[in-house]
Amino acid sequence: MANLLLQGLLGPLTEPAPDADPAASAELARLAAEVGKAARRRLGRSLSIREVDAGSCNACELEINALSNSYYDIERFGLRFVASPRHADVLLVTGPVTKNMRQALERTYEATPGPKWVVAAGDCAGGCGLFADSYACVGRVADVLPVDLHIPGCPPTPLALLSGLLGLLEVNQAPGRPLSARQREIGS
Amino acid sequence: MTARPPFLAKLTGRAEPDATKRRWRRYPIDPAAWDELCGALGTGLDLVSLWGEPGAVHMALREGDEAVIVTLPCPSGRYPSVGRLHAPAVRLERAVQDLTGLVAEGLPDARPWLDHNRWGVRHPLWSAEPVAADGAPYPFLPVEGEGLHQIPVGPVHAGVIEPGHFRFTVNGEAVVRLEQRLGYAHKGTAALMTGAPLAHAGRLAGRISGDSTVAYALAFALAVEEATGSQVPDRAQWLRGLMAELERLANHLGDIGAIANDAAFAILHAHTGMLREQVLRASHTAFGHRLMMDRIVPGGVAQDLAAEGRAAIAATVGHIRRVFPKLVEVYDETNSLQDRVVGTGVVRPEWVNQFATGGFVGRAAGRAFDARRWAAYAPYHSLTVEPPVFEQGDVNARVWVRIREVEQSLTLIDRMLETLPSDPILAPLGSGPAAGPETEGAALVESFRGDVFFWVRVTAEGRVAACHFRDPSWFQWPLLEAAVEANIVADFPLCNKSFNCAYSGHDG
Ligand code: SF4
Repeated sequence: MANLLLQGLLGPLTEPAPDADPAASAELARLAAEVGKAARRRLGRSLSIREVDAGSCNACELEINALSNSYYDIERFGLRFVASPRHADVLLVTGPVTKNMRQALERTYEATPGPKWVVAAGDCAGGCGLFADSYACVGRVADVLPVDLHIPGCPPTPLALLSGLLGLLEVNQAPGRPLSARQREIGS
Repeated sequence: MTARPPFLAKLTGRAEPDATKRRWRRYPIDPAAWDELCGALGTGLDLVSLWGEPGAVHMALREGDEAVIVTLPCPSGRYPSVGRLHAPAVRLERAVQDLTGLVAEGLPDARPWLDHNRWGVRHPLWSAEPVAADGAPYPFLPVEGEGLHQIPVGPVHAGVIEPGHFRFTVNGEAVVRLEQRLGYAHKGTAALMTGAPLAHAGRLAGRISGDSTVAYALAFALAVEEATGSQVPDRAQWLRGLMAELERLANHLGDIGAIANDAAFAILHAHTGMLREQVLRASHTAFGHRLMMDRIVPGGVAQDLAAEGRAAIAATVGHIRRVFPKLVEVYDETNSLQDRVVGTGVVRPEWVNQFATGGFVGRAAGRAFDARRWAAYAPYHSLTVEPPVFEQGDVNARVWVRIREVEQSLTLIDRMLETLPSDPILAPLGSGPAAGPETEGAALVESFRGDVFFWVRVTAEGRVAACHFRDPSWFQWPLLEAAVEANIVADFPLCNKSFNCAYSGHDG
């Protein structure tokens, strides 16, 4: 136990660490430098995220959870997952929006104070069509809520999620207004 | 397993089960035989699944080494309820009723289960009649008594997890009753697969529960291969096993840390989280996708092990072997953590036997079943899988099953990398036995969570004519309701995480 604690004090394990994937480390370092400025300008030092699974297959959640591991350590960017929409700036929504989840999603949005953004994460949330024809699914988040950003992928990798969310921090427009084409591409 | 004479031999006409090749043959039966089987369920005769299609209801059953599917024709749309005699069938019958309109006569709880009055259609797998999507409220079980209050939780939870609703009735700190309401993640996947070409249906199968994408894709592929009489190349079989063990490893590592985290012991979570990430990265290097989605297809695998994949996997396995024992030691020797997990959320052995509960929930309460050993599908037919079994049935025992299975998966991965034959990785599907235009197959595959059952009927043109899948969670969720009784509310997250039941997998 003592050894384990000591190991934690000896040096950060956060990227850059894994030799296996140097491209990812470099990308993270670059993103870390960029977001420092953008986040402070817009939101002080933090952006709070409420995640909503609107009927995903759960793989999107696995990768969103991976953002909190020591490799990605999302909190160092001032990005934080919060337990209530009342504390949130961003709703991060996954899944093809099942009809059984639609109302809960709408209520979560209503419970989120403005200014707020909606990020649709994953191909399902963007309306890839895999589940869209189902009697049980609405098809995409944008059919239910105003979506500011879509991060594609099935599921999006943690890096894609991170660059998407960090891109959002750079946006200097008022929330709710459509993003430019370039901003929409962030993370793709 | 049981002293009474076997039931299923009567159906199969075989004195001895065909233990070398467990095939799920389907037998039509009459209401009297149906009733007799219902009465015997839970006494060594396991209910593996129950599902309906227009005018017929099916049960998959297992007894010792024998496995069959029985079909009761019910053109009138009614059949004698299984749940009236065997509680584990109740939720399955409620789902059958929602999806097909088949009525289980005598079902003790006939409330809708997956249908929340939101689809705009009723009985989508049979009559599919349009109805108003009015979201009529769900009648929760009535609660009476002094000093009780209720805590509703979900479907949007505090953590980053799947959607479901928990209705707690509590007395002070103690949980008097938990009632679950599921179905929020229902995507109509079985209906989408029906009529789809096999390749597309396979992609959908791999998205029934994302954390078990390998296991589901494998179960679907094995069922299709049985239906079409296909041979899978050796190398593909071993690569499938490799992916399945990497998936198990990643999930168990994630779970062990997440359970500790729910007891506010974050350091273990941080360490196992890193190990999990390394497994996902190695999987990406080896197979081009962190979760290995769409890699297993009917007939083989879609992608061979990448050149640098072997080294990446071997390095990760070596690293976990060095680090993991230290983490286990910390888990086992931290009193504050042990205080939370030992004796918490106890599942009794008679429950897991009645429900035929698989995975760590079953094995932590004395039920040794593991589909890798029982069904011995390739490559496990030539590997030894000795399921770790514990008796206590508490959170701690469910953690220990995972710990032992992490160790076993490391050994299995070593063996698989050593053995990996050099064959093609994909073969064309066979045309099936000349039984008719449509053929059927079924498979039972061990996911990290427990046994996944898949049944499929394939057309001569290579499309899915009908299908059914049953997530291990169907027989675990109800036991969570029972296990949290008399525990304190604050221990629910711990119990829940130690079960880690699937929502999407269950809801379909
Ligand atoms: S985008 Fe892919 S991973 Fe995400 S919920 Fe949909 S199917 Fe699952």
